[in-house]
Amino acid sequence: MIDMFQYTFMQRALMAALLIGVLCSIISVYVVLKKMSFIGVGVSHSAFGGVALGFWTGVNPIAVAIPFALATAMAIGLVSRRGRVTEDVAIGIFYAAAMALGILFIGLSTGYNVDLFGYLFGSILAVSTSDLWLIGLLGLGVLLVVLLFFKELFFLSFDEEMARVNGLPVELLYYLLLGMMAITVVVAIKIVGIILVSALLVIPGATAFQITRNFRLMMLLSVLVGVVCGVVGLVLSYQFDLAPGATIVLTATGLFLICLIFSPRRRRKTRRA
Amino acid sequence: MEAVRLSDVWFYYQGQAVLHEVNLSVEEGEFLGLIGPNGAGKTTLLKLILGLAKPAQGRVEVWGKDPSHLGRQRHLIGYISQRSLVDWQFPASVFDVVMMGRYGRIGLFKLPAQGDREAVLKNLERVGMAELARRQIGELSGGQQQRVFIARALAAEPRLLLLDEPLISLDARGQDEFYKLLASLHCELGLTIMLVSHEISMVSTYVEKIACLNQTLYAHAAPSEVLNTATLERVYGCEVELLAHGRIPHRVIREHE
Repeated sequence: MIDMFQYTFMQRALMAALLIGVLCSIISVYVVLKKMSFIGVGVSHSAFGGVALGFWTGVNPIAVAIPFALATAMAIGLVSRRGRVTEDVAIGIFYAAAMALGILFIGLSTGYNVDLFGYLFGSILAVSTSDLWLIGLLGLGVLLVVLLFFKELFFLSFDEEMARVNGLPVELLYYLLLGMMAITVVVAIKIVGIILVSALLVIPGATAFQITRNFRLMMLLSVLVGVVCGVVGLVLSYQFDLAPGATIVLTATGLFLICLIFSPRRRRKTRRA
Repeated sequence: MEAVRLSDVWFYYQGQAVLHEVNLSVEEGEFLGLIGPNGAGKTTLLKLILGLAKPAQGRVEVWGKDPSHLGRQRHLIGYISQRSLVDWQFPASVFDVVMMGRYGRIGLFKLPAQGDREAVLKNLERVGMAELARRQIGELSGGQQQRVFIARALAAEPRLLLLDEPLISLDARGQDEFYKLLASLHCELGLTIMLVSHEISMVSTYVEKIACLNQTLYAHAAPSEVLNTATLERVYGCEVELLAHGRIPHRVIREHE
């Protein structure tokens, strides 16, 4: 198993999988606690529009996908926050529109690009050194924001109305969270692929939530789950020549199910005040 | 000094006037009970004072300022909502939740200091929850959860405390204890308190003044002046029978429809 990491492409893929594992897991804690998993699906699928625009214009697809996903995330947030339509309706419309644009751009591109498959399902061959730098820098940025607003994001996830009453910049924090989701999604696309990346925004946090009721511990366990799944999924992908998106997400799902069954938390009925 | 002032306030919800022409002035240090039937606009009134909603017409002032422009003074208003929409499974301990009340004071990019931890413990003791500080919030009873939220509101060291039907999840004894706690806070800390309730009898025993609201303000005076059949009938729009025990009525029986 060690010799597969002799190849530089596998070393790069491993580095990327570790970084992505950490990043997705941290964001997934907020996604799970603030019940934003459907937004995660919407934002990740909308990245397809950006990737396709990159293909059409010949610009690095990831570089185009970042502003594209950010814009979609903000649009979903803006429309649903202003109360014109509910959040799920906003997501349903915007992500379909972004994907439709993606299909349009692909249609306009000359010739058929095989790379597209990699963007959809992830690829261990696709990670270049510059990708690694991009993942590293953006990941660092997201981590920094989480650390700076750690207590505020905690309060926001727990009780948004009271956070607002206490004078916390609730709107800013919400858009910040959306922005971090968008960036995390795009960063993870190379390895995990557009179709499945949203799963990584949910499963690590949800798995950790089965084990603990301590927030900081939940964060740490989530990161552990993300890293383990990233590495195991990568190895499986190499061994069986399967798309890493599938192996990583299925490993995560397996881990989640195990934790769900053997959860030490006694499942009490939720009391309502 | 005036803590809260509403002048000619109107508020609409889906085209219906929920509040019309409301004028109310609450003095610093006043303990006010706000009563009225369901749908009278009591919660809306509190939300206007909190700056969570804006009046369609008229002015809302807290300490002479628009509540949404209070800035750093924001955390001087404490609020305990009627129904907390929080997820009780949330991984937060009693201590964590009360500490959230300090966040506004601590400010951005800073960690809680020793003084903040002391303030949290002091307020947990005040509501008798210090021993359960390490518990996850979902492991508490409804009354205990309510006390934790009171401790959170107090941890912010507010000057104005707004409570929206805080007694719904408490039994009679719990309600009595709760009122005693409020009365002592009012005396010790000189807090201005606005308490929304539909429990007229209980409120009148403890508060200094009562305001009757049903879309508009009918009365604002001492309980003994407000609580007579004529006023209550106007507010509730139906026959109300008061069983007076001494100076202050203890039970109100409403005959509806």
